[in-house]
Amino acid sequence: MAMNSTGRPTAPANQNDAGQDVKTFSGSRGLLQQEPLLHEVGGLEKCGVDFPPIPDCKSRLDGLERDNKIGLPGLSEPEVLRHYVRLSQRNYAIDLGLYPLGSCTMKHNPRLNEKVVRLPGFADIHPLQPQSTVQGALALMGEVSHWLMAITGMDAVALSPKAGAHGEWCGMMCIREALKDRGEVDTRRRVLVPESAHGTNPATAAACGFEIDELPADVTGRVDMDVLRTKIGPDVAAIMLTNPNTCGLFERDICEIADLVHEAGGYFYCDGANLNAIMGKTRVRDLGVDAMHINLHKTFSTPHGGGGPGAGPVVLSKRLSAYAPLPYLKADGDSWTLVEDAAQSEAKPFGRMSAFHGQMGMFVRALAYMMSHGADGLRQVSEDAVLNANYLLACLSDEMSPAFDGACMHEALFDDAFLKDTGVTTLDFSKAMIDEGYHPMTMYFPLVVHGAMLIEPTETESKESLDRFADTLLALAKAAKSGDRERFVTAPVLAPLRRLDETRAARSPVLRWAAD
Amino acid sequence: MRYLPLNEDDRAAMLARIGVSSIDDLFADIPAKARLDGLLENLPEHATEMAVERHFTALSGRSLNAGEAPFFCGGGAYRHHVPASVDHLIQRSEFLTAYTPYQPEIAQGTLQTLFEFQTQVAQLTGMDVANASLYDGSTATAEAVRMAGRITRRGKCVLAPGLHPQYAQTVQTALQGQTMRVQALDPAMGADAKMVEALDEDTACIVVQNPNVFGELVDLEPLSKAAHEAGALLIAVVTEVVSLGLIKSPGEMGADIVAAEGQSIGNGLSFGGPYVGLFACRNDRKFIRQAPGRFAGQTVDADGKPGYVLTLSTREQHIRREKATSNICTNSGLCTLAFTIHLALLGELGFRKLAKLNHARACALADRLNALDGVEVLNTSFFNEFTVRVSGDATEIVEAMAKKSVLGGIPAARLFGAGKFDDLLLISVTETTLDTDFDALETALQEVL
Amino acid sequence: MSKLYFTKDHEWLSVEGSNATVGVSTYAAGQLGDVVFVELPQIGKTVKKGEDIAVVESVKSASEIYAPISGEITAANEALEDAPETVNEDAQGAGWFFKMTIADASELSGLMDEAAYGEFTRE
Repeated sequence: MAMNSTGRPTAPANQNDAGQDVKTFSGSRGLLQQEPLLHEVGGLEKCGVDFPPIPDCKSRLDGLERDNKIGLPGLSEPEVLRHYVRLSQRNYAIDLGLYPLGSCTMKHNPRLNEKVVRLPGFADIHPLQPQSTVQGALALMGEVSHWLMAITGMDAVALSPKAGAHGEWCGMMCIREALKDRGEVDTRRRVLVPESAHGTNPATAAACGFEIDELPADVTGRVDMDVLRTKIGPDVAAIMLTNPNTCGLFERDICEIADLVHEAGGYFYCDGANLNAIMGKTRVRDLGVDAMHINLHKTFSTPHGGGGPGAGPVVLSKRLSAYAPLPYLKADGDSWTLVEDAAQSEAKPFGRMSAFHGQMGMFVRALAYMMSHGADGLRQVSEDAVLNANYLLACLSDEMSPAFDGACMHEALFDDAFLKDTGVTTLDFSKAMIDEGYHPMTMYFPLVVHGAMLIEPTETESKESLDRFADTLLALAKAAKSGDRERFVTAPVLAPLRRLDETRAARSPVLRWAAD
Repeated sequence: MRYLPLNEDDRAAMLARIGVSSIDDLFADIPAKARLDGLLENLPEHATEMAVERHFTALSGRSLNAGEAPFFCGGGAYRHHVPASVDHLIQRSEFLTAYTPYQPEIAQGTLQTLFEFQTQVAQLTGMDVANASLYDGSTATAEAVRMAGRITRRGKCVLAPGLHPQYAQTVQTALQGQTMRVQALDPAMGADAKMVEALDEDTACIVVQNPNVFGELVDLEPLSKAAHEAGALLIAVVTEVVSLGLIKSPGEMGADIVAAEGQSIGNGLSFGGPYVGLFACRNDRKFIRQAPGRFAGQTVDADGKPGYVLTLSTREQHIRREKATSNICTNSGLCTLAFTIHLALLGELGFRKLAKLNHARACALADRLNALDGVEVLNTSFFNEFTVRVSGDATEIVEAMAKKSVLGGIPAARLFGAGKFDDLLLISVTETTLDTDFDALETALQEVL
Repeated sequence: MSKLYFTKDHEWLSVEGSNATVGVSTYAAGQLGDVVFVELPQIGKTVKKGEDIAVVESVKSASEIYAPISGEITAANEALEDAPETVNEDAQGAGWFFKMTIADASELSGLMDEAAYGEFTRE
């Protein structure tokens, strides 16, 4: 059996003393309102939308009319508002407090971006309108492309990928197509992926039909160059490297890595999830990168929205530009064309990644973000993100145990050594943070660090906010060390719910409501 | 910079606490030859909120938006009225600025909504279970095909003659580098029933769109029967979910997996994205374990109170890595929320009325257009979109109408490429299309034909 | 009279004649956390030593089960499909995964006995 990772408790221990749990008659508690499922409160005859009279007509449905009930619950408008406002109050959010999820980049979402994305020239245009009627939208896509290429120094950009992982797939498919063009797609099968990589990297390489070869980290948390040298060879298609990496560290040898891969005839795919730490400080072109996706929802602050939508445009080097997927944008003076058809294309697109042209709503927001910051502001974003992370690293090191020596980039990584013999795990520590009013950090990732705690404050936290956060974590670390285990293993007790039984959810899945 | 809270005093104090003399000490790992000393080239410096807004308003004004023109475009993206309360609710900070619900104790808002969404999608499609969404309808279709390959361990998928061409291309692209191959039947209007001829013992699935890309309705039942007899799965694709308020659900007609575009409910046109991929399947352990994307599931907390968590995650890339069922990570969270809220406002009653209204409006326009010289409605059946043959090149006709500020549908050549269906025009009608729009289209067509 | 062997991959084999029963060790079951699913190998399948043939999953992890020796799968513990918790409750008993034939008895010589495995997990 391969012990990929050790388990952690996923079912709460039986709690005998739920002392904090004040029982009320209504089930609500002060501002926290009890709210059942839509399907328990809605009715089949209730409706929150008015309609004009519906004219009679001879049905053209060819006998395929639905003759049964769908079962959809409805509510009037005030009831809908109340239902979802109540539910919203059970969520933590950036607008409520520091959200230190490492590798997720939870930064402030400017509301200007929400305003401009709703302008009708972006929000209310159809993807298949005549291109002559959507020149403003195409020009906007052109501007986004310009910014992304200027920030990275790369030669081309594919805008259509719908999220980071979709972008990874786009970049790796460009590499696959280039190998096909070289007649080497059957001989270059191996993709090198560091052990610390985000799971999307190996999953993407596999989706493109490549074999994955894992690269171990050295003692400094970076690619082990000695191992890399032994693994490079004529059967290597590419290396997929996150930089700064998932340990929050800049890969110092990145230029040498690029040279090694290139000399061996392979390509360098860079996972751009952490571009927010280096934009304006270096350009990925100068690091030797051939393809990199950019998570607009991380670096350029399009809202995470409880899990998407994202957008993952991919920048490409000259060697890969021709293989970018359909559709792509072409400028002719002031006029823009979207090339949608392989037959019209002068390039060698590897295919089409989805219907239509990508996440327009994310392009608008990201461009507003980039323009608001400008070249000077984007550089300042990277500097402040790195400064904030290092400040936390310095403050927290008083009680917590950094995983690696030296400075970090935009996120600070700790292991669970400081909890040794306390009976408190990374999970317990994280849950205690909830009681303190904070969202936990990313935990148990990257896999290469035991009990990992990855903290990314982002540049939009003030020094006062960081100080309060650090004081809280230091106090918690001290409490754990002083034997106050109870505080941790029962946590959270002040959240809308206590720990949830994930074992039960997975053993007997209930994935939808059903009438009794 | 209005978004950056640190000032120079803060920065100096923080550098001192860290123990370095300048910010560049923290960037020392960047190789010297790759360091950027000045500002990025060819980019302006920061801009005020007012300046940015002005720029976007000008750009927005350079397009002809659907609200300012008689509008008849569909083809996989539909313009429906979205109630104001939907947009208000999805902009609440707690929904808008939350991450994926990995800490369930403080993410019940998102998780409960996803559970409601999954239930609604399962009900609409007539399937047992649904996931928490994928990117859009086209990528959901590609995921469904790959899933069918894993379940059946067979090597061929057959694409219907009436499948949206961009969906077909998405599937073909997704299977590059995979062992599965695609047999795409030649696009044709009333030919979906012919798919049974392509079934063989290596067929993993047949992929059928209903209503199909020409707007024609397809009876899935005989197809599902034939597929099942051949040991293959039926994947039903729906690009206009409002149709499910009036026509039989794919589940009722025997579909094994449903991949649909959910944009019509709660989400605007937005030039093609972000949209929301609906994904539903049978409640079979084999199916669920091979499904892509996230699932929210019901459970209880330590006090026994009901709650929700993300579950069955071992299928996903963050645990299974290269053996994951898909590389997807982010889905369409906020778009699912908009979908769920809009559908909650509609309910059974409203949703069925909406579908009925769409159909009635489309029937009315079809009759009017069919009476025009040089226009012939080709469909024998349709929901809210149909295909007409025009006497002339449909692309040129649509361009000429656009010059008169009428967005008069989608030339089939835009989807299929030039040369095959040059005189076909797809016309979509929804509750937002008024009689005055019908008049304008009629006039414009008569003028340009 | 059966004899118990262990692999470095935390699997146990109970050998009786030319047949073996295979599962994961009590130690490994403890490390996994709550087991929520077991994917079993197909009966009749011929496997080579080291080949991945089954999967054991907890909520947050999925671990491959390798064939400890070469042979043919003769039985799979289907009870685990509905009661995966048996792996946690009785890993080296009712929580067995599959039974197989032993194609090459010499492959057993590379395995540990209970005492050696105990030593191995203490390291």
